[in-house]
Amino acid sequence: MDKSVADLATAVAGIEDGMTVMIGGFGGAGAPIELIHALIDRYRASGHPKDLTIVNNNAGNGHVGLAALIEAGMVRKLICSFPRSADPVVFTDLYLAGKIELELVPQGTLAERIRAGGAGIPAFYTPSSYGTDLAKGKPVAEFEGRSYVQERWLKADVALVKAETADTHGNLTFRAAARNFNPLMCMASKVAVVQASRIVPAGGIDPEIVVTPGIFVQKVVEVAHPQQEEDLNRANAVYPGAV
Amino acid sequence: MSTKLTNNQIAWRAAQDIHDGAYVNLGIGFPEKVAQYQPPGREAIFHTENGILNFGEAPPAGQEDWDLINAGKRPVTLKPGASFFHHADSFAMVRGGHLDVAILGAYEVAENGDLANWSTGPKGIPAVGGAMDLVHGAKRVAVITDHVTKDGKPKLLKRCSLPLTGVGCVTRVYTSLAVVDIEGGRFVLKEKLPTLSLDELQAVTGAELLVDGPVADLIVPEL
Repeated sequence: MDKSVADLATAVAGIEDGMTVMIGGFGGAGAPIELIHALIDRYRASGHPKDLTIVNNNAGNGHVGLAALIEAGMVRKLICSFPRSADPVVFTDLYLAGKIELELVPQGTLAERIRAGGAGIPAFYTPSSYGTDLAKGKPVAEFEGRSYVQERWLKADVALVKAETADTHGNLTFRAAARNFNPLMCMASKVAVVQASRIVPAGGIDPEIVVTPGIFVQKVVEVAHPQQEEDLNRANAVYPGAV
Repeated sequence: MSTKLTNNQIAWRAAQDIHDGAYVNLGIGFPEKVAQYQPPGREAIFHTENGILNFGEAPPAGQEDWDLINAGKRPVTLKPGASFFHHADSFAMVRGGHLDVAILGAYEVAENGDLANWSTGPKGIPAVGGAMDLVHGAKRVAVITDHVTKDGKPKLLKRCSLPLTGVGCVTRVYTSLAVVDIEGGRFVLKEKLPTLSLDELQAVTGAELLVDGPVADLIVPEL
């Protein structure tokens, strides 16, 4: 078994118009910048994929990564908890112009909906958002004297994920707080596409420290020195930049 | 003595109630100041919902690690005994009742414990983050806030007028003038600035302040 692929273009090849794509990361930590940029490259060359529904905690920052994907016009709808950032101008302008849809989800509910999607649990009850505008239209039930809101699972066609080390079986470790949504999104997607700083042979990761077991991962591609969104934004980078 | 506490002083007062060994989540912004005023000899473990327990202060400029950030996306450091975890585990800590204290900011707090702190209305881009999760599950949900708005209007009210973050969730409010508990759907005054009369405090509070037992002087060092 070898889930490694040769390059980023191959890694993002199966993503088609109208798909739901989960993208890992919390702000820039754990954001798979190179996979996102490879997807933008494909769109610029072929006009596809477009009309994507993107699941991420945020809505991008500056003009790189997720913000650049939105700016390229590939995203129809965003499911996220916090579409604000230091420089959220790309999403903000499109949203206020009515050109992109937003489904706002409390952060913990977003995480649990993704986990549930990966775990085969179609719905669950949470106290979060009970009695608020974000619970409108959702079923409510009482358990042990407290009220809870029913939430549905969230699944995706593809997840774009950033890991630290992968082995050829797709076992993953993550780095610091770059873990965030990444392990959950591997579980909740039909095809989890992972960029890792290092790919090692099977046996190269101690089983005791595997965070995401390879069963949740379909493709891994090595990106030895991944870019950080924060560094790019401090340099006022724009992707793809002037041609 | 000044007529109201500074934000640092409000944060100091809130920090005095955090016990040794407590697991604590501090909301983004003003509540983060609480971490600076931990009483000596007490160790609190701070949780950030993006996946770290026991993070410490910001690193020196130039030594930021952008994989090591807090919920406000600011760089942090680690203390001995820190751990990393994914988002579903992080919010299991929150909703599962494992945190001892959550301290949040507020636009409005109502006497029934309702909190409004995420949206000032339909204008602009709505963003909620973890606020609606954090108000559920911590054993104590405390608010730190100026007692009144910038226009001088009460922030402690009979009912919130802004979109709610959570229903009946707040247990204690630390303000620039007083410490108020929420008990049985009422504001119960626990401490007030000694320079302020009860009538003066009531005049800037949008719901009745119940006095049930002694009201201590709210005394905070100059910070």
